[in-house]
Amino acid sequence: MASLVFILVVVIDLFLLASSRLGAAIRTVAIQGALLGTLPILLLEERHSLGHALVLAVGALAIKGFLIPWLMFRAIREAAIRREMEPIVGFVPSMVLGGIGIALAFAFSARLPLPNGLSHAYLVPTALSTVWAGLLLVVSRRKAVNQVLGFLVLENGVYVFGLLIADFMPIMVEAGVLLDLFAAVFVMGIVMFHINREFSSLDTEKLSALKD
Amino acid sequence: MLLRTLFHLAALLALPPLVVGLVNRTKAVVAGRKGPPLLQAYFDLAKLLRKGAVYSRTTSWVFRAGPVVGLAAIASAGLLLAMGGAPALVSFGGDFVLFAYLLGLARFVTALAALDTGSPFEGMGAAREVTFASLAEPALFLCLLVLARATGTLSLSGMLGPALPGAWGEAAPALVLAAIGLFVVALAENSRIPVDDPNTHLELTMIHEVMVLDHGGPDLAFILYGASLKLFLFGAILSRLVLGHAGGGLASEALFFLGILLFAVGVGLVESVMARFRMVRVPQLLVGASVISAFALVLLLR
Repeated sequence: MASLVFILVVVIDLFLLASSRLGAAIRTVAIQGALLGTLPILLLEERHSLGHALVLAVGALAIKGFLIPWLMFRAIREAAIRREMEPIVGFVPSMVLGGIGIALAFAFSARLPLPNGLSHAYLVPTALSTVWAGLLLVVSRRKAVNQVLGFLVLENGVYVFGLLIADFMPIMVEAGVLLDLFAAVFVMGIVMFHINREFSSLDTEKLSALKD
Repeated sequence: MLLRTLFHLAALLALPPLVVGLVNRTKAVVAGRKGPPLLQAYFDLAKLLRKGAVYSRTTSWVFRAGPVVGLAAIASAGLLLAMGGAPALVSFGGDFVLFAYLLGLARFVTALAALDTGSPFEGMGAAREVTFASLAEPALFLCLLVLARATGTLSLSGMLGPALPGAWGEAAPALVLAAIGLFVVALAENSRIPVDDPNTHLELTMIHEVMVLDHGGPDLAFILYGASLKLFLFGAILSRLVLGHAGGGLASEALFFLGILLFAVGVGLVESVMARFRMVRVPQLLVGASVISAFALVLLLR
């Protein structure tokens, strides 16, 4: 069951790299967030506390699955944009790059020295490939909405990695990370609003033309 | 055993137009229409076979050979494929390469016949067809490699044979991804909707239909029958791959034909709920299928 969730998360990474429609991309990121929310429960072992896992799962599901997508939908509705027209790296090349990154992550992650025993064989490669996909999205898209989505995917990867050390991580740290993420998206929403009002488009390239 | 082989051969030759009928019926039901009769494809073939053919003076023997060689190649590919619970009629190590290239040969002669007419329009269709086929081929091979690796055999009969249930137990995620990749390849190879619309006659968007515009009568019947045979072959692979190999008795026969039925309904549903992609998006879909199958292979190799 858990391996199926990991595979789905990776397939969603690939889909995001290929999709040009912002609405579909936001919905897919929401699904990815919701899938990640189920992971703490699926990976639960005897020595973990159920309460900790439940809080993690519900927190991730609420914030990644519902709150942030709602904010993003609001953002694209107000900016009235639907799709990424001209990414810096095209859709097919970015999908191939993502595929290469995923293949490398799955091929070499078994050799990494890790602090404690792996709870699942796919955990580390999924985390690495999700981080890689998020990074690609952030650097290869022009529209601010897509860059925020890339940041969210990046954070999803970090979250998966965090599950590895969930034993050591106090609940306050988790809550802090989720709060940070929420604040970041909130701030980026305001920034997007201002970019949109200033240039009447969400193209971040235009920011480089700013002068005093 | 002999009786069963004969039954499979008869099914291979007789059922394909019915699969096309099932796809069309599914589309009609979803759209709320009554739709053509299930056996319409047979009526069409019978009608076309009774007609004569008209050949343009600019065409040569290549044009006449196209439909015949194409149908023969697809039918021989069918002999390599295991149906029901039994192994295939012809089977040897590495026969999946022959399978893929027999389908490739059929495409090649069809494109050649299209070029032979000298019509620039058909040349454009041929160019499109081979462009998309060249992108679908890596995906097909990667899927078959996943199967070969998961079952540890190199023949199609072995890949889709008794070793499959064990492989599902060990490598289910990789096989699911391979099945998705194969389904996309099946849609592309059979010019189904997200890639090509089999009903369209809008000149600028047609792919496969463009190449066969100048064929008529028995030639067109051969081409249509060959196309339905190809759809049946992909349905057979997917049916065996997904529903598995249940022992080899009558149950596995029933399961196999149920799988083909589900495949036809699935294709019909995809055609009903999706719009066809713009031409520039098609390579993206096919590269996506290749990347997903490559990912499945990496999962198995690690």
